[in-house]
Amino acid sequence: MTAILETKSVTMQINGATLVDGIDLQVKSGEMVAIVGPNGAGKSTLLRLLSGDLRATRGNVRLKQRDLHSYPPSQLANHRATLSQHVNVTFPFTVEEIVHMGAGDMGTVAARPLVDAALNEVAISHLRYRQLPTLSGGEQQRAHFARVLVQLARGEAEHGPGLLLLDEPTSSLDLRHQIELVEIAGRRARDGTAVIAILHDLNLAVRFADRIVVIHRGRIAADDVPERTITDELVRDVFEVEVAIQHHTDGSPILLSQLMQPIRM
Amino acid sequence: MTTIVGAGHAKPSRGAVSMRPSAIVTITILFLALLGIAIVAVTVGAAGIPLARLPAALGFSTTDATDAVLSRDQLVLWSIRIPRIAAAAIVGGLLATSGAIMQGLFRNPLADPALVGVSSGGAFAAASAIILIDSSFGESLRFMQNELLPMAAFAGSLVTTFILYGIASRSGRTSIAIFLLAGLAIAAIANAGLGLLVFIADDRQLRDITFWLLGSLSGATWAKTATIAPVLAIGLIACLSIGRGLDVLVLGESEAFHSGVNVERLKRISIVLISAMTGVAVSICGVVGFIGIVVPHLLRLVIGPGHRLLLPASALLGAVLVVGADTLARTIVAPAEMPIGILTAAIGAPFFLAILLRQRGLAGL
Repeated sequence: MTAILETKSVTMQINGATLVDGIDLQVKSGEMVAIVGPNGAGKSTLLRLLSGDLRATRGNVRLKQRDLHSYPPSQLANHRATLSQHVNVTFPFTVEEIVHMGAGDMGTVAARPLVDAALNEVAISHLRYRQLPTLSGGEQQRAHFARVLVQLARGEAEHGPGLLLLDEPTSSLDLRHQIELVEIAGRRARDGTAVIAILHDLNLAVRFADRIVVIHRGRIAADDVPERTITDELVRDVFEVEVAIQHHTDGSPILLSQLMQPIRM
Repeated sequence: MTTIVGAGHAKPSRGAVSMRPSAIVTITILFLALLGIAIVAVTVGAAGIPLARLPAALGFSTTDATDAVLSRDQLVLWSIRIPRIAAAAIVGGLLATSGAIMQGLFRNPLADPALVGVSSGGAFAAASAIILIDSSFGESLRFMQNELLPMAAFAGSLVTTFILYGIASRSGRTSIAIFLLAGLAIAAIANAGLGLLVFIADDRQLRDITFWLLGSLSGATWAKTATIAPVLAIGLIACLSIGRGLDVLVLGESEAFHSGVNVERLKRISIVLISAMTGVAVSICGVVGFIGIVVPHLLRLVIGPGHRLLLPASALLGAVLVVGADTLARTIVAPAEMPIGILTAAIGAPFFLAILLRQRGLAGL
């Protein structure tokens, strides 16, 4: 499998502070990668470097063997879709209109099958004609996820497997919708998309990911399959929490908050 | 997953389900409204021209009216009333469209070029141009007076919009509170400048400048109308290229970039359009507020917030409103005339407060 995304010693400094420090990362087509780490570790900055929002101070990001910043915005949107954490819409656009925004300059009729499929997949077809600002936070987040799925589908139809970036996509979702979102992302990966998601819930990351990348103080502290990444030692060293990790029958780690104790320093 | 929406999933209805008229219906209705209000505007005024005499005066039919009546009607119509109505329609189109673009650019339904000082900036520059032209230094510029005022007003508006954008936007986020407060301060600075010009102006200049402070279409002529009409035409054509971008920009600057919008280009085009449209409108009629806020807001309630329809529809409804307001302004205290700026402020300001109260939760003020 070819690498969709590749970074070489990517470093980001803002006002003298090093937020991201020499990250080497490779994500292949069909891979699901979870990025985890404590607050302020540099996860969001890293994701903004990967999406093209920020330009690295040093190092480079390559998307499909081409420098990320060599793509004009309209082309970049064909190859990578991004779901941001907070999107605040002040105008009374309907859910359908918002989701259709993922279709670029495709007309309403041409984009209709893509929009229908995405609305169905995130199970918000019944909210289609509702105004987005009147919906709950979780419903809005799912509508934006549907919009991003439309963008991804449109790009992949023409250009093959792309990159899907998710910044804490489950932050406002209830349990059921968290798991559903993870399953949708999983289906995309099985179809070849490279998926990278920042997640806070380590259990969800374990379930979600082929690989977990742990970011600590701007660097990669671990990058491996979930069973080898999420260990008592790592959780203690990076998250400063003492925990006895349990194991599921398939060997995947389970972290129970009942068994966690913050380390006082 | 093909989830069946079960009973446990249904939520009590909050917020309206949108049923919106199509683009063709909207544009047709607004065109008819403009035609209707124009006919009313043509017939009423200090010298009334009854509907029955209108076709003859316009040259559409022969008449049994005396030549004296006919030629008086024709004079009033062609050299006073019709150029004024045309100017009012164009100014309304300019103000409403630039308001709609500004609201899209700042993602803020409360943005209005007059409210945040963009109009005052244009008016200050135009008033400076009046004084300059009048001085011996500017004598050589006098031959292009009709063009100079709109250009000066455009430049003034452009500078103001750029400053405002620079202050209100930080790293892709626009603070609504800072935007409104900065606009207030910028308007105050421009108005202080205008006050200073009033102070140093002589009587004749003063008359010209006062007109900017209150806003009036009484100075409209064919020549002035011809200067500003191309700006509206070019502006509306340019709007075609920013409609989708402004829609997606509502998600935020980063998100618009993620969706493939060239955000920097979109912002540049929008700022130039806002400034050009506001500036030339100001150069004709002075500071007329609230058109830019009332028109797009009303339209969004009916046709939704999509800019591809909102921008041209705003131009039409803005034209309807300003032609109507100007007709009212020149008739309610006839034979005197009320400055149209006073009229739009009296109607628009309470409207603005109503939006503010409704938006309070959403806008995070």
